[in-house]
Amino acid sequence: MTEITVRDTANPDAEEMVLYMGPHHPSTHGVLNFMVETDGEVMSRCVPQVGYLHRGIEKIGEATPYPGFIPYTDRIDYLAAMFCNQGYAMTVEKLLDIEVPQRAEYLRVISGELNRIANHLLTLGVFAMDIGAITPFPYTLRERETINDLLEELCGARLTYNYSRIGGVTHDLPAGWGDKVLEFLDHFDLILEEFNRLITGNEIFIRRCADVAVITTEDAIAYGLAGPNLRSSGVDFDVRRDIPYSAYPEFDFEIPLGEGIEGTVGDCYDRFVVRIEEMRQSGSLVRQALASLPEGEIVGELPRRLRPDAADVYIRVESVRGEMGFYVVSDGSDTPTRVRTKTGSFTAMGIIEKLSPGLMIADLVALIASLDVVAPEVDR
Amino acid sequence: MEPQAIRDRLSEEFGEIIPELDESGKDPCIVVETSRITEVCRFARDAEELGLDYLSNLTAVDTGDALGVVYHLYSIRHRHTLVLKVSVPREKPEVPTVEGVWPAANWMEREAWDLMGITFDGHSDMRRILLPEDWEGHPLRKDFKEKPDYKGIETTRPDMLQQFGQLDKLEAKEAEGKEAAEQSDD
Repeated sequence: MTEITVRDTANPDAEEMVLYMGPHHPSTHGVLNFMVETDGEVMSRCVPQVGYLHRGIEKIGEATPYPGFIPYTDRIDYLAAMFCNQGYAMTVEKLLDIEVPQRAEYLRVISGELNRIANHLLTLGVFAMDIGAITPFPYTLRERETINDLLEELCGARLTYNYSRIGGVTHDLPAGWGDKVLEFLDHFDLILEEFNRLITGNEIFIRRCADVAVITTEDAIAYGLAGPNLRSSGVDFDVRRDIPYSAYPEFDFEIPLGEGIEGTVGDCYDRFVVRIEEMRQSGSLVRQALASLPEGEIVGELPRRLRPDAADVYIRVESVRGEMGFYVVSDGSDTPTRVRTKTGSFTAMGIIEKLSPGLMIADLVALIASLDVVAPEVDR
Repeated sequence: MEPQAIRDRLSEEFGEIIPELDESGKDPCIVVETSRITEVCRFARDAEELGLDYLSNLTAVDTGDALGVVYHLYSIRHRHTLVLKVSVPREKPEVPTVEGVWPAANWMEREAWDLMGITFDGHSDMRRILLPEDWEGHPLRKDFKEKPDYKGIETTRPDMLQQFGQLDKLEAKEAEGKEAAEQSDD
């Protein structure tokens, strides 16, 4: 790589310029703002400014009875609503010691992993588009539509699923749904190959991503990155395996890690490839769950009034953007005292200022896209 | 390591300031003396057998009589968790920062300041993060009262049902007017 000097030493009078990228910018994926201090194309600092989409969801949670908050969790991360529903439902289940039937746990795994594929498809398509490759985007959206249709058939909504409920899920599988999913997954394996030929192995794409904005293993842990962002820096941590929940312990799946195949471990290209491998693993999980789906109820036995004793509980789920934490404090009444959601996008935004010195503005776009930041999840 | 073993290791190092494990809630936790939290956290991260290098979550809670900060820690090396808590009085909510231990705390502490009004001593950038800089008050506090307007924008909306009622009245009036007009035509 060519050496990049941050300041123009030959021309000491050159002044730094402050640029605002956002809040409305095609590459900011929602409403985000970046204050960029730059001298030409090279940034000396980039400070993310968030909060444009703050809707006070945590405050709403304090005023809503336990079951009533689930539709709001859809809006925390509208691209991965299955995990938000499930995470919140799990906190209340733990507070009240509610047992969830095994069939419901399997349905949560199936719907969740389909949701993960849908999200990664959008992320990867947009990632490629942000750095100039327009073609892959309609390809990924086409496949994502199929998943949206399937999930709509399952629970009636395409994005805000409201599917996991306290003690179980809302709907059992529609007739013939499992076969449709398997048919899609078989087709999807071929599509992934096509997608790899189209963009993953593309020379221009590799050069735009490899060795760009490298996050070291130590930084990834210290800054609390989560999910694919953490794993592409080589950290072997996945909540589904390490703090097991739901039906995940019953399945075999691998956890893809960044290997630096085209550059350094933890660069933008690793973050891209790890997500592709995750989609493969999700497909395998859905297949396994459908093959061994147990019979039985889909909602467990609930007490007549949901009034947990005073306690607090923290639940981690592996959402598409990594560890999603729900911290709920109850005081014995039918509304919680405190609802806190910890999200992967929030910590991912926190590392951008650290990575920015010396980065080109065009590479900032690649970095934001590779971190898969979703604005409503940052601001809540 | 189990929470009890972690507590014992911490108590070996810090002695009396580490109380017995609080198992009254669902997650066992250790309530640490507020002024010593940074030391305890640094030790929890650096001690070989604890290795709590990953700050999962840092958040503030308003329990009514006091404010508190909760730290959810995880060890990637040993795959165990720990919950630490500190408590601060409402009048003087000051907690030492743990930003130097886990840089991830930088943004989380800013959020705790923004929404709950806890100041973190020694924090490098104690600004609001989610709310506008000129916002008054900290909305997640139980005694927070919403102002009737923010910069001339009303913060409440009229009741939908009432609006429908007014619409019905309006329609009835119009219908009456029409009837009257038709009668006068005759």
